[in-house]
Amino acid sequence: MLSIKNLHAKIGDKEILKGINLTVKAGEVHAIMGPNGSGKSTLASVLAGREEYEVTGGEVDFDGKNLLELDPENRAREGVFLAFQYPVEIPGVSTINFMKTAVNQIREYRGQQPLDAVSFLSVMKEKVKLVEIDQSLLNRSLNEGFSGGEKKRNEIFQMAMLEPKLAILDETDSGLDIDALRIVANGVNKLRTKNNATIVVTHYQRLLDYIVPDFVHVLYKGKIVKSGGKELALELEAKGYDWIKDEMEVA
Amino acid sequence: MSLTTVDKTKSEEVALWIDRHLSSSPALNDIRKNALTEFKKLGLPNSKSEEYKHTPITRALEKNFDFSLSNASSKGIPQAYKIEGIDANVLVFINGIFSKENSSIASSEITVSTLADAIVKNESIVTNHITKYADIKADPFTAWNTASWTNGVFINIPDKTILEKPILIYHINDATAGQVIAVSRNLFIVGKSSEVTVLEKFDSVGSENHFTNIVTEAVVNENAGLNFYSIQNDNSKHFQYNLKQVQQTNSSRVNTYTFTLDGKLIRNNIQLVLDGENIESHMYGLYLLTGETLADNHTVVDHKKPNSFSNELYKGIMDGNSKGVFNGKIFVRPQAQKTNAFQANRNVLLTNTATVNTKPQLEIWADDVKCSHGCTSGQLDEEALFYLQSRGIKKETARAMMLYAFAGELLESVKHPVIKDYLNNIISERLHKNF
Repeated sequence: MLSIKNLHAKIGDKEILKGINLTVKAGEVHAIMGPNGSGKSTLASVLAGREEYEVTGGEVDFDGKNLLELDPENRAREGVFLAFQYPVEIPGVSTINFMKTAVNQIREYRGQQPLDAVSFLSVMKEKVKLVEIDQSLLNRSLNEGFSGGEKKRNEIFQMAMLEPKLAILDETDSGLDIDALRIVANGVNKLRTKNNATIVVTHYQRLLDYIVPDFVHVLYKGKIVKSGGKELALELEAKGYDWIKDEMEVA
Repeated sequence: MSLTTVDKTKSEEVALWIDRHLSSSPALNDIRKNALTEFKKLGLPNSKSEEYKHTPITRALEKNFDFSLSNASSKGIPQAYKIEGIDANVLVFINGIFSKENSSIASSEITVSTLADAIVKNESIVTNHITKYADIKADPFTAWNTASWTNGVFINIPDKTILEKPILIYHINDATAGQVIAVSRNLFIVGKSSEVTVLEKFDSVGSENHFTNIVTEAVVNENAGLNFYSIQNDNSKHFQYNLKQVQQTNSSRVNTYTFTLDGKLIRNNIQLVLDGENIESHMYGLYLLTGETLADNHTVVDHKKPNSFSNELYKGIMDGNSKGVFNGKIFVRPQAQKTNAFQANRNVLLTNTATVNTKPQLEIWADDVKCSHGCTSGQLDEEALFYLQSRGIKKETARAMMLYAFAGELLESVKHPVIKDYLNNIISERLHKNF
């Protein structure tokens, strides 16, 4: 589904990604871990098309399409979803209206008829249940005055509505207490199918107790320096990132 | 200083223009002559005038108007200037002259008439109030207006009268055959425990320049309410000076709504004097500017007595080479304890050539008050745009959503459903709302 080859990216004059290689197949969950500043969030942002980052080399193929050539909205329409680390507050735009616009623009792109208000609401009700979000939140301005947990739940709700092929969760666990974490993780797990894939970007192993990865990759100084199964996450938790740093210095 | 000389010459030309337009009304002769004297003393604002620092109105008049000319006669009015679907009292003025055939006054329980008629019929109530509030010494355009107004609307609402039908005042400039200078004057008196909604709207035909100088004095008595809308959406040949001087007494409620959507140069002065207790005042303003439009909103809220509340929200979206100016003064006098006064001005600049100058000015002499102000100006939030795009929404839709949401807060403040729909349609189209 996703094939990243030798990806380099910089922000301003600072090179952050220095040759990323990663292949993700349908049905898989990949965790990307690493110390602060290793480039985890940059990778997520570059995949979603954030403009501040300049790709200086490499390729990203997404189901046969050159992802790097697409505008952010077309990446979303092709099936990429980024759950933000810091979801943005937008006063005056309700989540419902925003999602209705998004769903229908995606449907238009895919040559489908727009959903009318009734069908949209019935889909929405179903997804609301799935991700355990309070429906009254969705009538309010997008994320405005939401708690950290409510914002992250809203991200997963949007993911449920858009049904992406590839979901990228950027530090979705940050700022969540254990109950919120469990609800968010449950939502993600319920949305998993054999046809979609998930990339979980996280600093801590904690989230991976709930969203169990098939593969764990360790990012350090802009490169994937170690890959393994879910046990790698536990090893990292036990030994800390200094273990990786030391190992890299020795090498 | 050549500029000063030019200004002075222009002031002299305008003074001569005013002199020719000192229309005859014995009751007001002294007032008018006095105002002309005051105008000559003040002269038109120059580049050093603090109140017109960012608004070169004198230069604009100089470039675009010949004050030796008189208005050409009117040939017609635009097709669709009225707001459809409102059951209302309608007064139409063409080049400042009342157009009886286009007007209809339906509410019998009130006195709505042209100011000229009111002076003839009911001299004392008019002369007791007119020119008592709008200070001719404070602004040369007010002096100009006071000296030479042609006509206007007199609204006198008796006590305990809730006027269901709003009063719509359409000002049309017919600049087909030549430039137009229209000078209008209104006087509104809202009786105790009464309520009225007034809307003024400005339109034109023709392609020549036209300048409207309009002053409204309003007295809102105890427990009375006034909703006062202005829709300024005329073409790029339109210049306007607009003063609303509102006098409020105990427990009165005033809401002003100023929507400046087009024009060449628009200067709005709104001055609310809160001379009583338990007053509530709201000033709402939206300026949606593009091209070469300049819109300048100067507002004053003067809290003179304790226990009153005022709130002001002005927002602007500046596109093209447009220019926004906001100046908000709040005075809280020493005896006005327990005052609550809030002010906010928010601006979005869509191009590098659009500008805004915003200045809050709070002068607070009382110590037990709650006052706040805030102003922001900047571009659309890129992170928010990216967030919307990352959900599959086109960039232009994302922009439109954010701008519409920004302006929407002011649309929400509009209480009258038909006026709200009317404004919503214009604003939606202007912001390319397609979601």
